[in-house]
Amino acid sequence: MPNLKDCKHYEKFKLYADRILAQSNDSLEKTLAIALWVCFVCAILVSIAAVALRPIQANNKALDMKKNILDVAGLLQEGGDINAAFDQQIEAKLVDLETGDYVEGIDVATYDQRKAAKDPEQSIAIPPEEDIASIKAKAKIAKVYLVKKGEEIQSIILPISGYGLWSTLYGFLALEADGQTVQSINFYDQAETPGLGGEVVNPNWRALWQGKKVYNEAGEPVLKLVKGTVDTNKPGSEYQVDGLAGATLTSVGVSNLVKYWMSKEGFATYLDKVRTDG
Amino acid sequence: MSAILTSETKKVLIKPLINENPITLQVLGICSALAVTSQMSTSLIMAIALTSVTACSSASISLIRNHIPSSIRIIVQMTIIASLVIVVDQILKAVAYDISKQLSVFVGLIITNCIVMGRAEAYAMKNPPLESFMDGIGNGLGYSLILVIVAFFRELFGSGKLLGIEIFELTKDGGWYDPNGLMLLPPSAFFIIGMIIWVFRQVKPEQREHVEFEIMPIAHGEGGHH
Repeated sequence: MPNLKDCKHYEKFKLYADRILAQSNDSLEKTLAIALWVCFVCAILVSIAAVALRPIQANNKALDMKKNILDVAGLLQEGGDINAAFDQQIEAKLVDLETGDYVEGIDVATYDQRKAAKDPEQSIAIPPEEDIASIKAKAKIAKVYLVKKGEEIQSIILPISGYGLWSTLYGFLALEADGQTVQSINFYDQAETPGLGGEVVNPNWRALWQGKKVYNEAGEPVLKLVKGTVDTNKPGSEYQVDGLAGATLTSVGVSNLVKYWMSKEGFATYLDKVRTDG
Repeated sequence: MSAILTSETKKVLIKPLINENPITLQVLGICSALAVTSQMSTSLIMAIALTSVTACSSASISLIRNHIPSSIRIIVQMTIIASLVIVVDQILKAVAYDISKQLSVFVGLIITNCIVMGRAEAYAMKNPPLESFMDGIGNGLGYSLILVIVAFFRELFGSGKLLGIEIFELTKDGGWYDPNGLMLLPPSAFFIIGMIIWVFRQVKPEQREHVEFEIMPIAHGEGGHH
């Protein structure tokens, strides 16, 4: 441990500190010196905390994302190793939204679709009249996840986002290989009213989505939330999910974002290709 | 331990719990008490975060209290408080990721919590570091106590749960309890805090505020005159 007093600037610093501290609290020099030194010490404290904890935070974030993807794929096991389960069962792919083709040449692991949506070079601004999900811009390339058994696709997990009442909801929609039947939906980032709009994370409500159909016979995305409870005996009920009680605006937001991302603006072109090419 | 728990530190540690509770007597820190109390887990984490910020900021401010120029007093205090809040927020993001996601902006808003600033200005600027630290802990615990009581009622009657564990089975899951939606919204915390203040002041009449202005009964024929 080096002695502080051995430092050649120690004497100079001590003289300076004594001179400053001896002054009246209201002198100009002391006021400036205290302001600067308080800022300096605080800045160091904040920087150390931010830099030292960043790897753990990034790890938490990545783990949380994998957990959500496993959850929407129905593969999440309580207490299991999330990283191992994810690596074994899920394959990430990049898709060009316009052509519906897979994109090669970009590293899938590091590509961040949410960051890309904010970068003017990698995103497209959505004209207001088309922007039913109120997201303003979308990334040209989307990151989708596939669950495969052998070569056969089991589920297609698509990232979705859109505005509810207070916040932009980010989530995943898992479809079967037919690109039509819903397996599950979840939202990993939202700040809707707890207990009302925040019920989008409720497992019971999410379970209602299973088996619903996205596209009608004309190929239009018609799946939406309706007020009250869906009457399963009526025709068309396969395109309807119960709305959230007491959360009309969140329900409208969820309907709109599903419609947007399932339309030609979103994943419709890609899903067409999956259906024909497998 | 006896060196730390002198009569002064004991006093500043215990007084803010009931007798000088920052929420019920001073009515400070209401903003976050409304916002984070819909669940017990978020309230507990918020309580720990606020208590540690108040204790550490009071101790640091007290350490340099004799050298803080009065003209920039508040800014120096704010800088120290804000830095500590950022540190706490970073730690939460690292060790309690899920809860920090739920608390979102409210940890950052501890900076503007009147309790932290209030203790810095009212106590730490005039007292030594150890006592100031204890005063911060005491006031943090006083805040925590109210937060936990409010969250207990809001989570129990709003979602039929405590700390996420089901207590009342909800009708939508086939049980008997129909949750009270109001309890999930911030205004319900107003009612609960109001009732806690009422109970406190009923039990301890010395906490009641003195009437500053007596409204004079209007004598006949004098209405409107000043």
